[in-house]
Amino acid sequence: MNFYIYVIIMAVVTYLIRMIPLVLVNRDIKNTFIKSFLYYVPYAALASMTFPAILFSTTEMAAALAGFAVAVFMAFREKGLLLVALGACITVFVVEQAMGMFL
Amino acid sequence: MRHEILKGMKDAIPICAGYLAVGFTFGMAAVSQGITIGGATLISFTNLTSAGQFAGLTVIAAAAPYIEMALTQLVINLRYALMSLSLSQKLDSSVSRLQRCVIAFGITDEAFALVSTQEGKVGRYYIYGVMSVCIASWTSGTFFGAAASSALPASFSSALGIAIYGMFLAIIIPPAKKERSIAAVIGIAVILSSALYWLPGLNQISPGFAIIICTVLASAAGAILHPIKEEEMCS
Repeated sequence: MNFYIYVIIMAVVTYLIRMIPLVLVNRDIKNTFIKSFLYYVPYAALASMTFPAILFSTTEMAAALAGFAVAVFMAFREKGLLLVALGACITVFVVEQAMGMFL
Repeated sequence: MRHEILKGMKDAIPICAGYLAVGFTFGMAAVSQGITIGGATLISFTNLTSAGQFAGLTVIAAAAPYIEMALTQLVINLRYALMSLSLSQKLDSSVSRLQRCVIAFGITDEAFALVSTQEGKVGRYYIYGVMSVCIASWTSGTFFGAAASSALPASFSSALGIAIYGMFLAIIIPPAKKERSIAAVIGIAVILSSALYWLPGLNQISPGFAIIICTVLASAAGAILHPIKEEEMCS
């Protein structure tokens, strides 16, 4: 078993999955159901990737819950991608440091 | 053109933070499996995907047959096909077939999140801006992780681990406030993904497939309950 052949297989399979639909479907889809379906895909995909995975993204789940709450609050206030991401990171950092002092 | 590239790069800053941290972890994991620093960096540069690469390490470490590598990547990364299909309707008409082949390389969960939620059609330069930051941060993060003799401080990598999810929330919540149908789709997707994570039996399904199942069912529910009218598509 050769390392480079593994890497080539990984890269080619992954690339083809990404490339084939993007290149083959190069016209506007007219069907209302499919258009509506594709319109909702980003929201459905991002929501299912975020929860529950966000709870396990940190060392302490309590910190993740706090970061999650802060991110949801800031996103509701439409604070922008960078600020919301930063807010979540800082919350996790502070909560984990605080937990380290007490536990 | 320059403006668009810069806008893409600026929007991708939260991705950069997350990719550096996760890439670092991948680099360390690869080296601990006996892969060289150059080999680890090469994997990240050519694959640009996290879950698929971590699974790939397991296959390489087990010296499993090549076909197993191909099938593993197919199962874990099939969600990209759905994202690609969605993006195929999002690119503006100036994007040629060859340019689509270039853009395809950069379709990650996070790049898709940024590009697919832009208003109206998207041109190639914005995507090139996003891609360049993704590729640079993922590859260099892996290199540093593979080259480092010690891990990132746990407190640091833990805090960065949540960055990408914060970004996802910042992308989906504002439109959900404006359109109840989007909020409903998000709610359905979250319930489904929680069920697939926690319910016995259902939690045997691999994470890659779980995302596909949730996305297809929740989007289809949205399309049935609230089909989009022509004028809404452009917003």
